Amino acid sequence: MNPLWTTQILAVIRLELRKTFFSRRGAWIYFLALAPAALFTGHSLIQMQTHRPCDFGSDTNIFATTFQLFYLRLGIFFGCVGVFMNLFRGEVLDRSLHYYFLAPIRREVLLVGKFLTGVIATSVIFATSTLLQISGMYLHHGWRVVSDYLVNANGISHVISYLAATVLACVGYGSIFLASGVLFRNPLIPAGVILIWESINSFLPALLQKFSVIYYLKSLCPIQIDPQAGSFLAVLAINADPMPAYIAIPGVLLVAVLVLVVAALQVRRMEINYATE
Amino acid sequence: MSPNDRVVFENVSKFYGDVLGVNRVNLSIPPGITSLVGPNGSGKTTLMNLMTGLIRPTRGHITVLGIPCDQPEELFRYVGYCTQFDTFPKGFTGYQFVYSYLRLYGCAHGEADELTWKAIERVNLVEAANRKIAGYSKGMRQRIKLAQSTCHGPSVLVLDEPLNGLDPLVRAETIALFRSLAEDGMHVIISSHILHEVDAISDQVILLSNGYVVAEGQIKGVRSEMLDHPMQILIRCNKPTELAAKVFAQESVVEAQIHKDGLGLLIKTRDADRFYLMLNHIAKNGVAIESVAPADDDVNSVYEYLIGSEEAPR
Repeated sequence: MNPLWTTQILAVIRLELRKTFFSRRGAWIYFLALAPAALFTGHSLIQMQTHRPCDFGSDTNIFATTFQLFYLRLGIFFGCVGVFMNLFRGEVLDRSLHYYFLAPIRREVLLVGKFLTGVIATSVIFATSTLLQISGMYLHHGWRVVSDYLVNANGISHVISYLAATVLACVGYGSIFLASGVLFRNPLIPAGVILIWESINSFLPALLQKFSVIYYLKSLCPIQIDPQAGSFLAVLAINADPMPAYIAIPGVLLVAVLVLVVAALQVRRMEINYATE
Repeated sequence: MSPNDRVVFENVSKFYGDVLGVNRVNLSIPPGITSLVGPNGSGKTTLMNLMTGLIRPTRGHITVLGIPCDQPEELFRYVGYCTQFDTFPKGFTGYQFVYSYLRLYGCAHGEADELTWKAIERVNLVEAANRKIAGYSKGMRQRIKLAQSTCHGPSVLVLDEPLNGLDPLVRAETIALFRSLAEDGMHVIISSHILHEVDAISDQVILLSNGYVVAEGQIKGVRSEMLDHPMQILIRCNKPTELAAKVFAQESVVEAQIHKDGLGLLIKTRDADRFYLMLNHIAKNGVAIESVAPADDDVNSVYEYLIGSEEAPR
Protein backbone atom coordinates (compact mmCIF):
# COMPACT_ATOMS: atom_id res chain seq x y z
CA MET A 1 0.00 0.00 0.00
CA ASN A 2 1.30 3.45 -0.95
CA PRO A 3 2.16 5.86 1.83
CA LEU A 4 -0.18 8.85 2.00
CA TRP A 5 2.26 11.34 0.52
CA THR A 6 2.72 9.35 -2.70
CA THR A 7 -1.06 9.12 -3.11
CA GLN A 8 -1.28 12.86 -2.59
CA ILE A 9 1.57 13.62 -5.02
CA LEU A 10 -0.17 11.51 -7.66
CA ALA A 11 -3.43 13.36 -6.97
CA VAL A 12 -1.69 16.72 -7.42
CA ILE A 13 -0.02 15.54 -10.66
CA ARG A 14 -3.34 14.25 -11.99
CA LEU A 15 -4.97 17.61 -11.28
CA GLU A 16 -2.15 19.76 -12.59
CA LEU A 17 -1.20 17.87 -15.76
CA ARG A 18 -4.50 18.62 -17.46
CA LYS A 19 -4.21 22.30 -16.59
CA THR A 20 -0.59 22.48 -17.73
CA PHE A 21 -0.98 20.65 -21.04
CA PHE A 22 -4.28 22.14 -22.12
CA SER A 23 -4.20 25.67 -20.80
CA ARG A 24 -4.85 28.37 -23.38
CA ARG A 25 -2.43 30.54 -21.47
CA GLY A 26 0.38 28.12 -22.32
CA ALA A 27 -0.23 27.78 -26.07
CA TRP A 28 2.83 29.91 -26.85
CA ILE A 29 5.05 27.30 -25.15
CA TYR A 30 4.14 24.77 -27.84
CA PHE A 31 5.03 27.35 -30.47
CA LEU A 32 8.37 28.03 -28.77
CA ALA A 33 9.14 24.31 -28.58
CA LEU A 34 8.05 23.38 -32.06
CA ALA A 35 9.42 26.40 -33.97
CA PRO A 36 12.97 24.99 -34.35
CA ALA A 37 11.58 21.59 -35.37
CA ALA A 38 9.49 23.30 -38.05
CA LEU A 39 12.53 25.30 -39.16
CA PHE A 40 14.78 22.23 -39.50
CA THR A 41 12.06 20.24 -41.28
CA GLY A 42 11.53 23.18 -43.65
CA HIS A 43 15.27 23.25 -44.31
CA SER A 44 15.25 19.53 -45.15
CA LEU A 45 12.23 19.84 -47.43
CA ILE A 46 13.88 22.68 -49.36
CA GLN A 47 17.07 20.63 -49.72
CA MET A 48 15.03 17.67 -50.97
CA GLN A 49 13.23 19.81 -53.52
CA THR A 50 16.42 21.38 -54.81
CA HIS A 51 18.25 18.00 -54.71
CA ARG A 52 21.24 19.63 -53.02
CA PRO A 53 21.78 17.77 -49.73
CA CYS A 54 24.01 19.58 -47.22
CA ASP A 55 27.09 18.13 -45.68
CA PHE A 56 26.08 15.86 -42.76
CA GLY A 57 28.81 17.29 -40.51
CA SER A 58 27.75 20.87 -41.13
CA ASP A 59 24.10 19.95 -40.34
CA THR A 60 25.31 18.36 -37.10
CA ASN A 61 27.17 21.55 -36.19
CA ILE A 62 24.22 23.77 -37.06
CA PHE A 63 21.99 21.62 -34.86
CA ALA A 64 24.51 21.70 -32.00
CA THR A 65 24.81 25.51 -32.21
CA THR A 66 21.04 26.03 -32.38
CA PHE A 67 20.49 23.60 -29.53
CA GLN A 68 22.95 25.35 -27.21
CA LEU A 69 22.42 28.97 -28.18
CA PHE A 70 18.71 29.06 -28.85
CA TYR A 71 16.99 25.95 -27.57
CA LEU A 72 18.61 25.57 -24.14
CA ARG A 73 19.17 29.24 -23.37
CA LEU A 74 15.94 30.68 -24.75
CA GLY A 75 13.43 27.99 -25.80
CA ILE A 76 13.50 25.74 -22.76
CA PHE A 77 14.37 28.67 -20.49
CA PHE A 78 11.25 30.66 -21.39
CA GLY A 79 9.14 27.50 -21.68
CA CYS A 80 10.02 26.75 -18.06
CA VAL A 81 9.24 30.36 -17.13
CA GLY A 82 5.75 29.86 -18.62
CA VAL A 83 5.04 26.50 -17.01
CA PHE A 84 6.73 26.63 -13.60
CA MET A 85 6.00 30.21 -12.62
CA ASN A 86 2.30 29.56 -13.15
CA LEU A 87 2.21 26.57 -10.85
CA PHE A 88 1.86 28.78 -7.76
CA ARG A 89 1.80 32.37 -8.99
CA GLY A 90 -0.80 31.58 -11.67
CA GLU A 91 -3.08 30.04 -9.04
CA VAL A 92 -2.71 33.10 -6.83
CA LEU A 93 -3.68 35.31 -9.78
CA ASP A 94 -6.62 33.00 -10.58
CA ARG A 95 -7.56 33.03 -6.88
CA SER A 96 -7.73 29.25 -6.73
CA LEU A 97 -4.69 28.32 -4.61
CA HIS A 98 -6.86 28.01 -1.49
CA TYR A 99 -8.30 24.79 -2.99
CA TYR A 100 -4.98 23.10 -2.26
CA PHE A 101 -4.30 24.94 0.97
CA LEU A 102 -7.60 23.70 2.42
CA ALA A 103 -6.71 20.05 1.84
CA PRO A 104 -4.92 17.92 4.45
CA ILE A 105 -1.70 17.87 2.48
CA ARG A 106 1.73 19.04 3.59
CA ARG A 107 2.67 22.15 1.67
CA GLU A 108 6.04 20.54 0.85
CA VAL A 109 4.24 17.56 -0.70
CA LEU A 110 2.12 19.96 -2.73
CA LEU A 111 5.28 21.70 -3.94
CA VAL A 112 6.87 18.41 -4.99
CA GLY A 113 3.67 17.37 -6.77
CA LYS A 114 3.52 20.63 -8.68
CA PHE A 115 7.24 20.49 -9.51
CA LEU A 116 6.97 16.94 -10.86
CA THR A 117 3.98 18.01 -12.96
CA GLY A 118 6.06 20.82 -14.45
CA VAL A 119 8.97 18.47 -15.12
CA ILE A 120 6.71 15.91 -16.81
CA ALA A 121 4.95 18.54 -18.93
CA THR A 122 8.07 20.42 -20.05
CA SER A 123 10.08 17.24 -20.58
CA VAL A 124 7.37 15.74 -22.79
CA ILE A 125 6.97 18.95 -24.80
CA PHE A 126 10.65 19.84 -25.17
CA ALA A 127 12.06 16.31 -25.49
CA THR A 128 9.49 15.58 -28.21
CA SER A 129 10.62 18.76 -29.93
CA THR A 130 14.29 17.71 -29.60
CA LEU A 131 13.50 14.42 -31.34
CA LEU A 132 11.50 16.21 -34.03
CA GLN A 133 14.35 18.68 -34.55
CA ILE A 134 16.89 15.88 -35.01
CA SER A 135 14.54 14.03 -37.38
CA GLY A 136 13.77 17.24 -39.27
CA MET A 137 17.43 18.21 -39.59
CA TYR A 138 18.55 14.89 -41.05
CA LEU A 139 15.41 14.10 -43.04
CA HIS A 140 16.92 15.04 -46.40
CA HIS A 141 19.98 12.80 -45.95
CA GLY A 142 17.88 9.68 -46.37
CA TRP A 143 17.31 6.72 -44.11
CA ARG A 144 20.59 4.91 -45.03
CA VAL A 145 22.83 7.80 -44.02
CA VAL A 146 20.88 8.47 -40.87
CA SER A 147 20.80 4.81 -39.74
CA ASP A 148 24.51 4.59 -40.43
CA TYR A 149 25.01 7.64 -38.21
CA LEU A 150 22.85 6.17 -35.47
CA VAL A 151 24.27 2.65 -35.53
CA ASN A 152 27.87 2.95 -36.65
CA ALA A 153 28.77 6.48 -35.54
CA ASN A 154 27.87 8.08 -32.20
CA GLY A 155 24.32 8.96 -33.31
CA ILE A 156 22.44 7.11 -30.58
CA SER A 157 24.68 8.49 -27.85
CA HIS A 158 24.29 12.02 -29.29
CA VAL A 159 20.52 11.72 -29.30
CA ILE A 160 20.51 10.42 -25.72
CA SER A 161 22.82 13.26 -24.64
CA TYR A 162 20.57 15.90 -26.22
CA LEU A 163 17.51 14.35 -24.60
CA ALA A 164 19.27 14.20 -21.22
CA ALA A 165 20.31 17.85 -21.55
CA THR A 166 16.71 18.75 -22.44
CA VAL A 167 15.22 16.96 -19.44
CA LEU A 168 17.89 18.28 -17.05
CA ALA A 169 17.31 21.81 -18.37
CA CYS A 170 13.61 21.36 -17.48
CA VAL A 171 14.57 20.12 -14.00
CA GLY A 172 17.13 22.88 -13.34
CA TYR A 173 15.28 25.86 -14.79
CA GLY A 174 11.99 24.46 -13.53
CA SER A 175 13.15 24.44 -9.92
CA ILE A 176 14.43 28.01 -10.21
CA PHE A 177 11.24 29.38 -11.77
CA LEU A 178 8.98 27.47 -9.41
CA ALA A 179 10.88 29.09 -6.53
CA SER A 180 10.66 32.51 -8.22
CA GLY A 181 6.88 32.11 -8.49
CA VAL A 182 6.70 31.37 -4.79
CA LEU A 183 9.19 33.98 -3.57
CA PHE A 184 8.40 36.98 -5.78
CA ARG A 185 5.18 38.79 -6.52
CA ASN A 186 6.47 39.71 -9.99
CA PRO A 187 8.62 36.73 -10.97
CA LEU A 188 9.50 38.16 -14.40
CA ILE A 189 12.12 40.39 -12.78
CA PRO A 190 14.07 37.46 -11.30
CA ALA A 191 13.58 35.64 -14.63
CA GLY A 192 15.35 38.53 -16.39
CA VAL A 193 18.16 38.51 -13.85
CA ILE A 194 18.61 34.74 -14.22
CA LEU A 195 18.65 35.07 -18.02
CA ILE A 196 21.51 37.56 -17.77
CA TRP A 197 23.33 35.39 -15.21
CA GLU A 198 23.05 32.32 -17.44
CA SER A 199 24.12 34.30 -20.52
CA ILE A 200 27.32 35.66 -19.01
CA ASN A 201 28.21 32.29 -17.47
CA SER A 202 31.20 31.79 -19.78
CA PHE A 203 32.73 35.07 -18.61
CA LEU A 204 32.36 34.40 -14.89
CA PRO A 205 35.13 33.12 -12.61
CA ALA A 206 35.29 29.32 -12.42
CA LEU A 207 33.69 29.11 -8.99
CA LEU A 208 30.70 31.30 -9.87
CA GLN A 209 30.10 29.37 -13.08
CA LYS A 210 29.12 26.40 -10.97
CA PHE A 211 26.11 28.31 -9.55
CA SER A 212 24.16 28.09 -12.77
CA VAL A 213 22.28 25.51 -14.75
CA ILE A 214 23.82 26.17 -18.16
CA TYR A 215 27.29 25.35 -16.85
CA TYR A 216 26.28 21.73 -16.33
CA LEU A 217 24.11 21.53 -19.44
CA LYS A 218 26.95 22.67 -21.73
CA SER A 219 29.02 19.76 -20.53
CA LEU A 220 26.25 17.32 -21.42
CA CYS A 221 26.01 18.51 -25.01
CA PRO A 222 27.87 15.97 -27.18
CA ILE A 223 29.33 18.46 -29.66
CA GLN A 224 31.30 21.46 -28.51
CA ILE A 225 30.74 24.56 -30.58
CA ASP A 226 33.76 25.96 -32.34
CA PRO A 227 33.85 29.68 -31.47
CA GLN A 228 35.76 30.44 -34.68
CA ALA A 229 33.09 28.87 -36.85
CA GLY A 230 30.01 30.64 -35.64
CA SER A 231 29.06 34.20 -34.86
CA PHE A 232 30.19 36.10 -31.77
CA LEU A 233 27.26 34.46 -29.95
CA ALA A 234 29.18 31.19 -30.13
CA VAL A 235 31.50 32.65 -27.50
CA LEU A 236 28.64 32.24 -25.03
CA ALA A 237 28.75 28.49 -25.55
CA ILE A 238 32.47 28.08 -24.93
CA ASN A 239 33.08 25.39 -22.38
CA ALA A 240 36.70 25.74 -21.34
CA ASP A 241 36.43 23.16 -18.62
CA PRO A 242 33.83 20.53 -19.61
CA MET A 243 32.96 18.11 -16.85
CA PRO A 244 31.99 14.45 -17.14
CA ALA A 245 28.32 13.48 -17.14
CA TYR A 246 28.64 11.75 -13.78
CA ILE A 247 29.37 15.15 -12.23
CA ALA A 248 27.18 17.31 -14.50
CA ILE A 249 23.98 15.34 -13.92
CA PRO A 250 24.19 15.27 -10.09
CA GLY A 251 25.30 18.93 -10.29
CA VAL A 252 22.03 20.02 -11.93
CA LEU A 253 20.01 17.82 -9.59
CA LEU A 254 21.79 19.28 -6.56
CA VAL A 255 21.10 22.85 -7.71
CA ALA A 256 17.43 21.87 -8.21
CA VAL A 257 17.13 20.27 -4.76
CA LEU A 258 18.71 23.27 -3.00
CA VAL A 259 16.38 25.68 -4.77
CA LEU A 260 13.34 23.51 -4.00
CA VAL A 261 14.24 23.38 -0.30
CA VAL A 262 14.22 27.21 -0.21
CA ALA A 263 10.87 27.24 -2.07
CA ALA A 264 9.41 24.65 0.33
CA LEU A 265 10.31 26.78 3.36
CA GLN A 266 8.52 29.73 1.76
CA VAL A 267 5.44 27.71 0.74
CA ARG A 268 5.11 26.51 4.32
CA ARG A 269 4.76 30.15 5.44
CA MET A 270 2.64 31.29 2.49
CA GLU A 271 -0.67 33.02 3.24
CA ILE A 272 -3.76 33.37 1.10
CA ASN A 273 -4.41 37.06 0.72
CA TYR A 274 -5.69 37.56 -2.80
CA ALA A 275 -6.74 41.14 -2.12
CA THR A 276 -3.14 42.32 -2.04
CA GLU A 277 -2.15 40.60 -5.31
CA MET B 1 -15.01 20.06 28.34
CA SER B 2 -11.30 19.80 27.49
CA PRO B 3 -9.46 22.39 25.36
CA ASN B 4 -9.09 19.65 22.75
CA ASP B 5 -12.83 19.87 22.10
CA ARG B 6 -12.67 23.57 21.35
CA VAL B 7 -11.47 26.15 18.90
CA VAL B 8 -9.19 28.35 20.99
CA PHE B 9 -7.81 31.82 20.23
CA GLU B 10 -5.24 33.05 22.74
CA ASN B 11 -4.54 36.77 22.56
CA VAL B 12 -4.59 36.70 18.76
CA SER B 13 -3.90 39.79 16.66
CA LYS B 14 -3.57 40.06 12.92
CA PHE B 15 -2.32 43.11 11.08
CA TYR B 16 -2.13 43.50 7.30
CA GLY B 17 0.81 45.88 7.24
CA ASP B 18 -0.53 48.85 9.17
CA VAL B 19 -4.15 47.79 8.78
CA LEU B 20 -5.81 46.04 11.69
CA GLY B 21 -7.51 42.72 10.94
CA VAL B 22 -8.38 41.60 14.46
CA ASN B 23 -6.85 42.58 17.78
CA ARG B 24 -6.37 40.80 21.10
CA VAL B 25 -8.93 38.08 20.45
CA ASN B 26 -9.46 35.50 23.18
CA LEU B 27 -12.09 32.89 22.41
CA SER B 28 -12.91 29.34 23.33
CA ILE B 29 -15.57 28.04 20.99
CA PRO B 30 -17.49 24.91 22.08
CA PRO B 31 -19.35 22.46 19.80
CA GLY B 32 -22.68 23.64 18.40
CA ILE B 33 -23.52 26.48 16.05
CA THR B 34 -21.51 29.62 16.66
CA SER B 35 -22.19 32.71 14.59
CA LEU B 36 -19.72 35.47 13.90
CA VAL B 37 -21.67 38.67 13.47
CA GLY B 38 -20.40 42.08 12.45
CA PRO B 39 -20.42 44.60 9.63
CA ASN B 40 -18.09 44.45 6.64
CA GLY B 41 -14.49 44.86 7.77
CA SER B 42 -15.21 43.86 11.36
CA GLY B 43 -12.88 40.85 11.16
CA LYS B 44 -15.20 37.87 10.59
CA THR B 45 -13.37 36.48 7.55
CA THR B 46 -10.00 37.24 9.14
CA LEU B 47 -10.95 35.11 12.16
CA MET B 48 -12.06 32.27 9.87
CA ASN B 49 -8.92 32.46 7.74
CA LEU B 50 -6.83 32.47 10.92
CA MET B 51 -8.50 29.39 12.37
CA THR B 52 -7.98 27.51 9.08
CA GLY B 53 -4.35 28.56 8.67
CA LEU B 54 -4.88 30.46 5.41
CA ILE B 55 -3.31 33.43 7.17
CA ARG B 56 -1.05 33.52 10.21
CA PRO B 57 -1.52 35.58 13.33
CA THR B 58 0.85 38.49 13.87
CA ARG B 59 0.63 37.66 17.59
CA GLY B 60 -0.97 34.94 19.66
CA HIS B 61 -1.78 31.30 19.16
CA ILE B 62 -4.71 29.38 17.71
CA THR B 63 -5.61 25.71 18.05
CA VAL B 64 -8.52 23.79 16.59
CA LEU B 65 -9.37 20.69 18.66
CA GLY B 66 -5.84 20.99 20.04
CA ILE B 67 -4.20 21.12 16.57
CA PRO B 68 -2.08 24.19 15.72
CA CYS B 69 -3.35 25.93 12.59
CA ASP B 70 0.01 25.85 10.82
CA GLN B 71 -0.27 22.09 10.30
CA PRO B 72 -2.72 21.78 7.39
CA GLU B 73 -1.87 18.11 6.89
CA GLU B 74 -3.37 17.39 10.33
CA LEU B 75 -5.86 20.26 10.63
CA PHE B 76 -7.92 19.52 7.53
CA ARG B 77 -8.50 15.92 8.54
CA TYR B 78 -10.93 17.48 11.06
CA VAL B 79 -11.84 20.83 9.51
CA GLY B 80 -13.90 21.79 6.46
CA TYR B 81 -13.92 25.39 5.29
CA CYS B 82 -16.49 26.82 2.90
CA THR B 83 -14.78 30.07 1.95
CA GLN B 84 -16.22 33.26 0.54
CA PHE B 85 -13.85 33.02 -2.47
CA ASP B 86 -16.03 32.51 -5.52
CA THR B 87 -13.25 31.10 -7.68
CA PHE B 88 -12.63 27.49 -8.62
CA PRO B 89 -9.90 25.54 -10.40
CA LYS B 90 -10.43 26.15 -14.12
CA GLY B 91 -12.58 23.77 -16.12
CA PHE B 92 -13.83 21.72 -13.17
CA THR B 93 -17.27 20.17 -13.01
CA GLY B 94 -19.03 20.07 -9.64
CA TYR B 95 -18.20 16.37 -9.34
CA GLN B 96 -14.51 16.91 -10.13
CA PHE B 97 -14.32 19.74 -7.59
CA VAL B 98 -15.40 17.47 -4.74
CA TYR B 99 -13.80 14.26 -6.04
CA SER B 100 -10.36 15.84 -6.56
CA TYR B 101 -10.45 17.25 -3.04
CA LEU B 102 -11.05 13.75 -1.69
CA ARG B 103 -8.17 12.38 -3.76
CA LEU B 104 -5.93 15.06 -2.24
CA TYR B 105 -7.28 13.95 1.13
CA GLY B 106 -5.85 10.53 0.30
CA CYS B 107 -8.99 8.56 -0.60
CA ALA B 108 -8.77 5.83 -3.21
CA HIS B 109 -10.96 6.18 -6.32
CA GLY B 110 -13.87 4.06 -5.08
CA GLU B 111 -14.13 5.73 -1.70
CA ALA B 112 -13.70 9.20 -3.20
CA ASP B 113 -16.42 8.52 -5.76
CA GLU B 114 -18.85 7.28 -3.10
CA LEU B 115 -18.20 10.18 -0.72
CA THR B 116 -18.46 12.67 -3.60
CA TRP B 117 -21.94 11.51 -4.57
CA LYS B 118 -23.05 11.49 -0.94
CA ALA B 119 -21.88 15.09 -0.47
CA ILE B 120 -23.46 16.20 -3.73
CA GLU B 121 -26.75 14.53 -2.82
CA ARG B 122 -26.70 16.28 0.56
CA VAL B 123 -26.76 19.66 -1.18
CA ASN B 124 -29.25 18.55 -3.88
CA LEU B 125 -26.93 19.08 -6.81
CA VAL B 126 -26.93 15.61 -8.38
CA GLU B 127 -28.37 16.69 -11.72
CA ALA B 128 -25.81 19.46 -12.19
CA ALA B 129 -22.85 17.47 -10.86
CA ASN B 130 -21.31 16.80 -14.27
CA ARG B 131 -21.72 20.35 -15.54
CA LYS B 132 -18.86 22.84 -15.46
CA ILE B 133 -18.90 25.04 -12.35
CA ALA B 134 -18.32 28.06 -14.59
CA GLY B 135 -21.95 27.65 -15.74
CA TYR B 136 -23.39 27.37 -12.22
CA SER B 137 -25.58 30.03 -10.62
CA LYS B 138 -24.39 31.79 -7.48
CA GLY B 139 -26.55 29.50 -5.32
CA MET B 140 -25.24 26.34 -7.02
CA ARG B 141 -21.65 27.47 -6.55
CA GLN B 142 -22.41 28.07 -2.89
CA ARG B 143 -23.85 24.56 -2.60
CA ILE B 144 -20.94 22.82 -4.33
CA LYS B 145 -18.54 24.62 -1.96
CA LEU B 146 -20.66 23.37 0.90
CA ALA B 147 -20.47 19.82 -0.51
CA GLN B 148 -16.68 20.08 -0.77
CA SER B 149 -16.28 21.35 2.77
CA THR B 150 -18.42 18.57 4.26
CA CYS B 151 -17.47 15.64 1.99
CA HIS B 152 -14.78 14.22 4.31
CA GLY B 153 -16.95 14.34 7.44
CA PRO B 154 -15.14 17.07 9.38
CA SER B 155 -15.59 17.73 13.11
CA VAL B 156 -15.31 21.48 12.63
CA LEU B 157 -17.15 23.17 9.79
CA VAL B 158 -16.27 26.79 9.09
CA LEU B 159 -18.70 28.60 6.80
CA ASP B 160 -18.12 32.12 5.53
CA GLU B 161 -21.49 33.64 4.55
CA PRO B 162 -22.86 30.20 3.56
CA LEU B 163 -26.41 31.39 2.95
CA ASN B 164 -25.49 34.02 0.38
CA GLY B 165 -27.19 33.47 -2.95
CA LEU B 166 -29.42 30.62 -1.78
CA ASP B 167 -33.15 30.74 -2.52
CA PRO B 168 -35.54 30.52 0.47
CA LEU B 169 -36.23 26.80 0.10
CA VAL B 170 -32.57 25.81 -0.15
CA ARG B 171 -31.76 28.28 2.61
CA ALA B 172 -34.20 26.49 4.94
CA GLU B 173 -32.79 23.09 3.96
CA THR B 174 -29.24 24.31 4.51
CA ILE B 175 -30.07 25.70 7.92
CA ALA B 176 -31.66 22.35 8.82
CA LEU B 177 -28.46 20.65 7.67
CA PHE B 178 -26.35 22.89 9.93
CA ARG B 179 -28.70 22.16 12.79
CA SER B 180 -28.43 18.41 12.35
CA LEU B 181 -24.62 18.56 12.03
CA ALA B 182 -24.43 20.58 15.26
CA GLU B 183 -26.73 18.13 17.03
CA ASP B 184 -24.29 15.37 16.08
CA GLY B 185 -21.64 17.20 18.13
CA MET B 186 -19.94 19.10 15.34
CA HIS B 187 -18.59 22.64 15.63
CA VAL B 188 -20.40 24.74 13.02
CA ILE B 189 -18.93 28.23 12.83
CA ILE B 190 -20.87 30.58 10.59
CA SER B 191 -20.39 34.18 9.60
CA SER B 192 -23.48 35.97 8.44
CA HIS B 193 -24.96 39.38 7.83
CA ILE B 194 -28.52 38.15 8.14
CA LEU B 195 -29.25 38.62 11.81
CA HIS B 196 -32.67 37.03 12.07
CA GLU B 197 -31.29 33.81 10.58
CA VAL B 198 -28.31 33.89 12.93
CA ASP B 199 -30.72 34.38 15.78
CA ALA B 200 -32.79 31.40 14.76
CA ILE B 201 -29.95 28.91 14.38
CA SER B 202 -27.12 29.92 16.73
CA ASP B 203 -26.26 28.32 20.03
CA GLN B 204 -23.92 31.21 20.66
CA VAL B 205 -22.77 34.35 18.91
CA ILE B 206 -19.55 36.32 18.69
CA LEU B 207 -20.13 40.00 17.97
CA LEU B 208 -17.30 41.79 16.19
CA SER B 209 -16.67 45.43 15.51
CA ASN B 210 -13.56 47.02 13.97
CA GLY B 211 -11.44 43.95 14.63
CA TYR B 212 -12.44 43.54 18.28
CA VAL B 213 -14.73 40.97 19.89
CA VAL B 214 -17.34 43.09 21.63
CA ALA B 215 -19.43 40.25 23.06
CA GLU B 216 -19.62 36.47 23.00
CA GLY B 217 -21.80 33.75 24.44
CA GLN B 218 -25.44 32.74 24.31
CA ILE B 219 -27.44 35.68 23.10
CA LYS B 220 -29.75 35.80 26.15
CA GLY B 221 -26.76 35.76 28.45
CA VAL B 222 -25.11 38.59 26.56
CA ARG B 223 -28.34 40.58 26.67
CA SER B 224 -28.84 40.14 30.41
CA GLU B 225 -25.36 41.53 31.08
CA MET B 226 -26.12 44.79 29.29
CA LEU B 227 -27.28 46.64 32.38
CA ASP B 228 -27.28 50.07 30.78
CA HIS B 229 -30.06 48.95 28.43
CA PRO B 230 -33.20 47.94 30.40
CA MET B 231 -34.88 44.75 29.15
CA GLN B 232 -38.01 45.28 27.06
CA ILE B 233 -40.94 42.96 27.69
CA LEU B 234 -44.16 42.86 25.70
CA ILE B 235 -47.24 41.79 27.66
CA ARG B 236 -50.42 40.96 25.76
CA CYS B 237 -53.49 41.48 28.01
CA ASN B 238 -57.11 42.67 28.06
CA LYS B 239 -56.55 45.75 30.28
CA PRO B 240 -53.20 47.33 29.34
CA THR B 241 -53.98 50.72 30.97
CA GLU B 242 -54.82 49.10 34.30
CA LEU B 243 -51.72 46.94 34.06
CA ALA B 244 -49.56 49.98 33.24
CA ALA B 245 -50.68 51.72 36.43
CA LYS B 246 -49.87 48.63 38.49
CA VAL B 247 -46.44 47.93 37.02
CA PHE B 248 -45.35 51.54 37.18
CA ALA B 249 -45.54 51.33 40.94
CA GLN B 250 -42.67 48.84 40.82
CA GLU B 251 -39.19 50.16 41.44
CA SER B 252 -37.47 48.14 38.72
CA VAL B 253 -39.76 49.33 35.92
CA VAL B 254 -38.33 52.39 34.17
CA GLU B 255 -40.82 52.81 31.33
CA ALA B 256 -44.23 51.50 30.26
CA GLN B 257 -45.95 52.14 26.92
CA ILE B 258 -49.36 51.03 25.66
CA HIS B 259 -48.84 49.02 22.48
CA LYS B 260 -49.97 50.66 19.20
CA ASP B 261 -52.88 48.24 18.78
CA GLY B 262 -54.09 48.95 22.30
CA LEU B 263 -53.96 45.25 23.25
CA GLY B 264 -50.66 45.14 25.06
CA LEU B 265 -48.09 46.88 27.16
CA LEU B 266 -44.39 47.33 26.40
CA ILE B 267 -42.37 47.82 29.56
CA LYS B 268 -38.66 48.42 30.22
CA THR B 269 -37.20 46.97 33.40
CA ARG B 270 -33.74 46.78 34.97
CA ASP B 271 -34.58 43.50 36.72
CA ALA B 272 -36.47 41.12 34.46
CA ASP B 273 -36.51 38.21 36.94
CA ARG B 274 -38.10 40.32 39.68
CA PHE B 275 -40.56 41.73 37.18
CA TYR B 276 -41.74 38.26 36.09
CA LEU B 277 -42.37 37.30 39.75
CA MET B 278 -44.31 40.50 40.32
CA LEU B 279 -46.31 39.94 37.13
CA ASN B 280 -47.61 36.62 38.46
CA HIS B 281 -48.92 38.47 41.49
CA ILE B 282 -50.60 41.20 39.38
CA ALA B 283 -52.20 38.60 37.13
CA LYS B 284 -54.09 37.23 40.10
CA ASN B 285 -55.81 40.60 40.56
CA GLY B 286 -58.15 40.76 37.57
CA VAL B 287 -55.88 41.37 34.56
CA ALA B 288 -56.06 38.52 32.03
CA ILE B 289 -52.58 38.11 30.62
CA GLU B 290 -52.43 36.39 27.24
CA SER B 291 -48.69 36.27 26.69
CA VAL B 292 -45.41 37.63 28.01
CA ALA B 293 -42.33 37.77 25.80
CA PRO B 294 -38.97 39.53 25.83
CA ALA B 295 -38.91 42.11 23.04
CA ASP B 296 -35.20 42.85 22.71
CA ASP B 297 -33.14 39.77 23.55
CA ASP B 298 -32.46 38.88 19.94
CA VAL B 299 -29.17 39.32 18.07
CA ASN B 300 -30.50 42.34 16.23
CA SER B 301 -31.22 44.30 19.41
CA VAL B 302 -28.02 43.24 21.14
CA TYR B 303 -26.06 44.16 18.06
CA GLU B 304 -27.72 47.54 17.85
CA TYR B 305 -27.07 48.30 21.53
CA LEU B 306 -23.43 47.22 21.38
CA ILE B 307 -22.30 48.33 17.96
CA GLY B 308 -24.92 50.86 16.89
CA SER B 309 -27.57 50.89 14.23
CA GLU B 310 -25.53 52.88 11.70
CA GLU B 311 -23.32 49.98 10.78
CA ALA B 312 -25.71 47.18 11.65
CA PRO B 313 -26.11 44.39 9.14
CA ARG B 314 -29.52 43.30 7.95
